[in-house]
Amino acid sequence: MRRRISVDVAIIGGGLVGSSAALAMRKAGLSVALIDKGYCGAQASGVNYGGVRRQGRPPEQLPLSQRAHRIWPQLRAMIGIDAEYIRSGHLKLARTEKDFAKLETYAETVRDYGLGLELVAGSALSKRFPWLSAKAVGASLCPDDGHANPRLVAPAFARAAERAGVTVLEQTPVRAVAATGSGFEILAGDDIEIRCRQLVNSAGAWSDRFAAHFGEPVPLTRIYPSMVVTEPQPLRLPVSMGEQGGSFYGRQVARGNYVMGGGRGLPLADPDYSRPSVTAASSVMQRAIALFPHLAEAQVIRFWSGTEAEMPDGNPVIGPSETTSGLFHAFGFCGAGFQTAPAVGAVLSELVTEGRSTTPIEAFSIGRFRKVAVETAASL
Amino acid sequence: MSEPLQPVIVGAGPAGIRAAERLVRSGLRPIVLDEGQRAGGQIYRRPLIDDGRSYRSRYGSGAGKAQRLHQAFEALLPAIDYRPETLVWNISAPERGNQLDILSSGVHRQIGFSQLILCTGATDRVLPFPGWTTPGVYTLGASQTALKAQGCTIGDRVAFMGSGPLLYLVAWQYMKAGARVEAVLDTAPLASKRHLLSLAAHAPRIVALGLFYGLQLQFAGVKVRHGVRPEAVLGKGKVEGLRYRRRTLKGERVETVTCDALAYGFALRPETQLADLAGCRFRFDERDRVWLPERDALGRTSRTDVYVAGDGSGIAGADAAEISGELAAVAMLQDQGNVSTDVARLLASREAILRERDILERAFPFPVDWFETVPDETTLCRCEEISVAEARRAMTAGSITEINRLKALSRVGMGRCQGRMCSAAATELLSGACGVPTGEVGRLRAQAPVKPIPLGFGGGELEARS
Repeated sequence: MRRRISVDVAIIGGGLVGSSAALAMRKAGLSVALIDKGYCGAQASGVNYGGVRRQGRPPEQLPLSQRAHRIWPQLRAMIGIDAEYIRSGHLKLARTEKDFAKLETYAETVRDYGLGLELVAGSALSKRFPWLSAKAVGASLCPDDGHANPRLVAPAFARAAERAGVTVLEQTPVRAVAATGSGFEILAGDDIEIRCRQLVNSAGAWSDRFAAHFGEPVPLTRIYPSMVVTEPQPLRLPVSMGEQGGSFYGRQVARGNYVMGGGRGLPLADPDYSRPSVTAASSVMQRAIALFPHLAEAQVIRFWSGTEAEMPDGNPVIGPSETTSGLFHAFGFCGAGFQTAPAVGAVLSELVTEGRSTTPIEAFSIGRFRKVAVETAASL
Repeated sequence: MSEPLQPVIVGAGPAGIRAAERLVRSGLRPIVLDEGQRAGGQIYRRPLIDDGRSYRSRYGSGAGKAQRLHQAFEALLPAIDYRPETLVWNISAPERGNQLDILSSGVHRQIGFSQLILCTGATDRVLPFPGWTTPGVYTLGASQTALKAQGCTIGDRVAFMGSGPLLYLVAWQYMKAGARVEAVLDTAPLASKRHLLSLAAHAPRIVALGLFYGLQLQFAGVKVRHGVRPEAVLGKGKVEGLRYRRRTLKGERVETVTCDALAYGFALRPETQLADLAGCRFRFDERDRVWLPERDALGRTSRTDVYVAGDGSGIAGADAAEISGELAAVAMLQDQGNVSTDVARLLASREAILRERDILERAFPFPVDWFETVPDETTLCRCEEISVAEARRAMTAGSITEINRLKALSRVGMGRCQGRMCSAAATELLSGACGVPTGEVGRLRAQAPVKPIPLGFGGGELEARS
């Protein structure tokens, strides 16, 4: 029998963006349906590195990132768990003078955003970070950045949203969606019909299909992280680490495992699935040994990969559709959406209820790709 | 110029050796990758250093088969590329070519294959109960390995518990080896053994042997109990005994046995991660209560260049493994178009063994009530130290109905063993909690590395051959 649902807002995609938006909108008094083709938080939101990092983001992302920074410490009150969130600090190493100069330039560029970056160079480095074994010219520390467990956050947002009254539809792929003039009609799963006034496209790496469907094609590409995890080790690495001019990143979780990444995984024949690449994993492992020689005997117990969406300019798409009234997009976080996502959820709630965001999002407008799309179409 | 690709056989137990033998007979020179230090697999495992024991004393009633298999392997050695102590820890996705990632003496290599025969065997199937991680608790298979390969026992006063033919066999072997067998605690009710009567017609030798072991144990004064459910290992830091319940005509009784070691297990579970990484299609097997690579009677999988044989393709025992190894090799040769072998006899023998196996499964049934009787405080996943209570809480809190979701949200199966030890129990627990059949909560997706590899290998040689 056909199930009919009528809500104020339907959200396609139950990642961290969609699930936090669902909770925020419900708290604002709206009726909401959250739809996911699989399980909430099982794609990019659940398989990313877990960095809760502001350092290194382009300035236009920092207002959003700062807003998220204020949300993360409130997780327990919002969703019932802290999701292993800690403000460990994020340390970005520079191996060369040239790379260190880049860190200095970045610190200068973002000085007014309040990240509290500390540049440490030369002999001060080993005094400040005695556990650091690798040779480095200098580093930039963002003391209040940190990390959390990506597997837990989005599902907890979805469950909290459900408890607050959101209709959460998992294992329910959207089969058809259409604007009706006064809203939208969605056919999902085997026989669910959803009517809504407003629609959010937060379908991650699958968002481009919906955007294109509403006449807004975007140059979205898929990227696949390549992650390596060791067995638990004595606690030693107090910060989340990255590198200027290198692709390695790593952190040690409370249980003791080193979670490290770098390079890219590879899609399978069905591009919804991917595998870590042995070449990428090998580079991560080699770099890990160089950085942490005490790990030489440690065992690697698993690799993982997943599917993330990337935009050519490194920025996400966030904001109202330019073709369809009542439609809002939020996707394409380029492997760096974990930290900002809870703020994106809050922004989406503002857009839906008030028609405007209190945080600047102009740089993320979908319209910036209109020209690209037209040119691409013309060249075909 | 690159060398032409060779067929690769993973595993050198009964299935792997017979597969290699068949390929050699047709003029091929397969690469045989063996995680073990010497060929023979788990059942016909050989000691590293000859300790002077005879085949008879080491392998008991399987001595003849063990000796024939070992001799067959020795004869093969000049004709195959045998690589012992070699872990295959990854197989490239089918769309990315035929590559294996192997680790041998600390060196990482990638090797190509023209065809692949997976003879990856099985491990004990473990079902947790309170205290199962106490030092001194071993699986039945491990306790037998200690005896076979190292000539030692797991303790001086040993109790045996679980379900499966191995229960009586290992207890008897321990008795013969001079250990004091304190008890044989069969989780199946005595009535289940009536099925052995119907087995006697097909396989009188198996039944006679089973009776012989059981009777010899009883005559020696060993306590043999049926319908047992373990309650708890006694002792902290080391095994001092086991408390258990058992059903009797007068109702349920709680008893204890004093011992310094406990061997237990519930039959076997196949090692299927490599078939999964190879991209083979899987199906749920009701009898083994586990997902297995789909295979035809000869061992062809859904992937045209990958074959499976032995217990890794479904639990059927060593005799069936020898046959299925040969059959998989024949299938591979047939698919190359260079052999026409009549396999009717082999197929019939394997079918007969599978029928016996069905009966054995009824005589040594799986304790289907485990999921509802296992107490909350029991450790479910020992790598990640997750209790049954934590897993149950995660299932409820997250409305979990799928096993990979349980892993993601609770860490069960996320540790060193990647679910090889705990997934059977976790699957039973989850399907029980959801009130659905075991096959309906999915299976853990295999991820490389299938077993832990040293972080330091990344600096090693990466030798590609394709």
